Amino acid sequence: MRKLLPFLLVSLTAILFIGRLFYLQIIDDTYDQVSMNLAVKKIYDYPQRGYIYDRNNELLVANQPAYDVMAIPLQIKAFDTLALAEVLNISEERLKNQINKAQIYSPWLPSIITPQLTKREYASLQEVLHKFQGFYIQKRQLRDYQTSHGANFLGYIAEVNTLDLEKNPYYKSGELIGRQGIEKQYEDILRGERGIKHLQRDKFNREIGPYKNGSFDTLPQKGADLQLTIDIQLQAYGEKLMKNKRGGIVALEPASGEILALVTAPNFDPDELVGRKRSKNFTKMYYDTIAKPLFDRGLQAMYPPGSPFKAFTGLVARQEGVVDVKENFSCNGGYTYARGRRMGCHAHASPVNLISGIAHSCNSYFAQTYRRTIEKYDTPQEGMDIWSNHMKSFGFGNFLGYDLPVGRKGRIPDAEYYNWAYQYPTYKWYASATLSNAIGQGEIESTPIQLANATAAIANRGWFIRPHILKAVEGNIIKDSLYTTKNFTTIDEEHFEPVIQGMNDVYNYGTAQFLRVPDIEVCGKTGTSENFTKIDGERVQLTDHSIFVAFAPKENPKIALAVFVENGYWGARYAGRIASLMIEKYLKDEITRKDLENWIMTHSLEEEYAKPYSGEPFKINQ
Amino acid sequence: MPKTLIKIDWLTILLFILLVGIGWINIYSTSVTNIETGWFDFSEIHGKQLLWIALAIPLILLVLALDAKFYQQFSSLIYLGCLLSLVGLLFFGKTIAGQTAWYSFGSFSIQPAEFVKAGVALAMAKYLTGINVNLKNFKNQANALLIIGLPMFLIMLQPDAGSALIYVAFIVPMYREGLPDFYLVIGIFTALIFVLTLKFGFYYIATVIFLIALLIYFINRNKKPPLLKYIFITLICVGFSVSVGFIYEQLQPHQKDRFDLILGKIDDISGKGYNTYQGKVAIGSGGLNGRGWLNGTHTQGKFVPEQHTDYIFVTVGEEWGFIGSTIVVLLFVFLMIRLVFLAERQKSDFSRIYGYSVFAIIFFHFFVNIAMVLGLFPTVGIPLPFFSYGGSSLWGFTVLIFIFLKLDAKRMEV
Repeated sequence: MRKLLPFLLVSLTAILFIGRLFYLQIIDDTYDQVSMNLAVKKIYDYPQRGYIYDRNNELLVANQPAYDVMAIPLQIKAFDTLALAEVLNISEERLKNQINKAQIYSPWLPSIITPQLTKREYASLQEVLHKFQGFYIQKRQLRDYQTSHGANFLGYIAEVNTLDLEKNPYYKSGELIGRQGIEKQYEDILRGERGIKHLQRDKFNREIGPYKNGSFDTLPQKGADLQLTIDIQLQAYGEKLMKNKRGGIVALEPASGEILALVTAPNFDPDELVGRKRSKNFTKMYYDTIAKPLFDRGLQAMYPPGSPFKAFTGLVARQEGVVDVKENFSCNGGYTYARGRRMGCHAHASPVNLISGIAHSCNSYFAQTYRRTIEKYDTPQEGMDIWSNHMKSFGFGNFLGYDLPVGRKGRIPDAEYYNWAYQYPTYKWYASATLSNAIGQGEIESTPIQLANATAAIANRGWFIRPHILKAVEGNIIKDSLYTTKNFTTIDEEHFEPVIQGMNDVYNYGTAQFLRVPDIEVCGKTGTSENFTKIDGERVQLTDHSIFVAFAPKENPKIALAVFVENGYWGARYAGRIASLMIEKYLKDEITRKDLENWIMTHSLEEEYAKPYSGEPFKINQ
Repeated sequence: MPKTLIKIDWLTILLFILLVGIGWINIYSTSVTNIETGWFDFSEIHGKQLLWIALAIPLILLVLALDAKFYQQFSSLIYLGCLLSLVGLLFFGKTIAGQTAWYSFGSFSIQPAEFVKAGVALAMAKYLTGINVNLKNFKNQANALLIIGLPMFLIMLQPDAGSALIYVAFIVPMYREGLPDFYLVIGIFTALIFVLTLKFGFYYIATVIFLIALLIYFINRNKKPPLLKYIFITLICVGFSVSVGFIYEQLQPHQKDRFDLILGKIDDISGKGYNTYQGKVAIGSGGLNGRGWLNGTHTQGKFVPEQHTDYIFVTVGEEWGFIGSTIVVLLFVFLMIRLVFLAERQKSDFSRIYGYSVFAIIFFHFFVNIAMVLGLFPTVGIPLPFFSYGGSSLWGFTVLIFIFLKLDAKRMEV
């Protein structure tokens, strides 16, 4: 019995050890990654982010180096804190604070002491840095904007946040990611692929050579350069015209769906969101809830489209065969559609047909043709849905699918909508109840880009190519079928000519006859849309939005655009003038009507915008 | 001498060579960095260890050359010499890392405690083979305890609790020679109550002891057990449990931490628990096949302090994986079982007791060291026999094992 003790001890111990080894090495795999992370350091080699060019190969966005001052607390030797603080351009207290924070984070890992010095600050620091042991400089890339325009679609880059890290495992803390606009939309293409170097390190985090002779290392892949469809000259001009106003301009090339200009006002210089000043500027703009500079009105603002919508009402009426091109309607200052219910109209020659109806923007004409369209069918529901589908085929009422990360659906009501609104079948509703749709008021809402796109569809006589902003990657024109195939509307080609003639006559004798562009046949349509806001919970009407859509030349159009100027009163007043100038700028590259340009540049709507916030009673449409 | 070489147990020597060889390969891995260094670079630890291994050969020859009777006859003198060497440390010793455990000769040092083990084993064998010595007698028990206790005490003065702890191993040969079961039971219960009280607190443990006592009494009630004896034993157990807190308070702070860590009472992977944690990480990352020789990221990064000495098994785990580690464990198992087998075939009591002592000493080192590395035992700074870097340790075990092989070779001449 006593002889068995040694065997008992040895065998029990062997079982215990082998079992434990089995658990640690085979079953429990939590230690594998820990070991890798502790012992192998990954160094990332970041490639240049791709450049961004405009359609004429003008460089918009390049890169610039920035310099972070780093420190490894363990390596810091006693030094003159005041002297360093002075070079870094921060207070001595802040410097000490930063070093303390770094110490708390980790004594032997590098921490940022001051981020993103400029080249000049870096130059002066470099001369004296050797005096401060433990401090060193880490270079990183920042965007270098060659233009002060287009911040809304260019977007910006910023350090990844925790949400990005959760969503996309590619990113590591402290890396940069595109935010908004092109930078966000084409992040994967622009950023390229970082290279990784593995370094074996010891417990003090000192690097002691490449890990496995670099067999796991990868080389960085450069980010691709992008060419945009934007014409930066036109963009800049649009931004200049929209100064002191709020609203948006969207200009497209009808044949290709390329976005030529995407103006939102107010805007900001993209350089304001670069480097150290970004956080301050961003916060300021983010909290400006009145002017909303970060809100891209061209893509995100939903306005009632107003009178330009009449062109579409006319097209649908023709397609449905409820009205003849030559058929005349008389208008004596309005249209009475039910007892005591009347839609007003302004003074113009009467009677009008489709062409002159568009030219004069006659409410009565379109109210009646709209009514006929709906009432053509047995039930208003059926008619409403038919009409709604026609409108949606122009890209209204849903996301357009362009290649920018923000947008709104807009709204085109259908039978379901009115059934819900009027609590059908408890209460019945008829075409007359939805009559505002005929003139682009009421329930209809559209973003400027939707309206510009629908205008391009008219210019193309029945189809559009989805608007897009990317033209080429690394010199190769995009071939994505999403942005090259024609989307046909539900309207037959033959119905477009009269409507286009009407839009042309807007300039010949209609609502924009004073805005003719010399030597170019322009087709356009004015719009004046009523709008409301809430002040202290009360619905208050504000001065009308000034709206204009246009394309030119009439034959073989090169540009189609929509202009919205918030509270600019009637269509020709602001939006019409801006559209006219934009067309001339794009097609002729010079402005002959200096007085017109001057008028726009010198007129500001800031006073108008201040009215609702003044706290005093105010008048609109002055 | 030639006769000895024929009769010597070559299987044990083979296991010895394998363990020393594999040990050196792992020391080499902890030593080299990416810079190419020669095998015989004496400024590097792998070079030094190779020198110790080379110098072990004349030492072995010397041990084998001496007459087997010499060890028995001079055991008392050897023991006395051992004690003197430990006492001498108090006056001439060199202090390294807080422990006065070395004699320094120029560039190298000798740690006498590593050799004392063999001396104590000889003395113990000698004493227990004495006429009229019976471990059932309390007086003989006390004398045997004194033989162990004196060097233990002297080693505690260094202070080196780890090396002193090893002398607990002598309970194994003593038990083989007739030490009553009682002591073994006491030992096991003491350890059990100590650890459990530390983990759960004495309220729980005292309650559990009472309940167990009641249960046993209830089961045995038909045999009319002596009630007083029951109460007495129960009270002693409870009393010990209560005093655990006091004993614990007498420990050094770092010793308390080691207990707390292993019991999971504190969790501090960057400070007090750093070694254990890094050791576990490194071993765990070894997987089935290991990362390959010289490819262990933890070993090469020198994350584990003392990895070439007490934590050498970490390297085995990381670079050779489950298969390699198991092979090393099994090599030790074979060696120890072989030693017990050899001890049992001795005709002389002296040889048998000495052989058992050799087994017990190696077993305790093996158990405490690897259990510590695997995070099953509090950190105790003792080397893994044949593996850990260090000349004194290597030579100490070499002398220990080859004295026995000499005795074994001459077993028929008694």
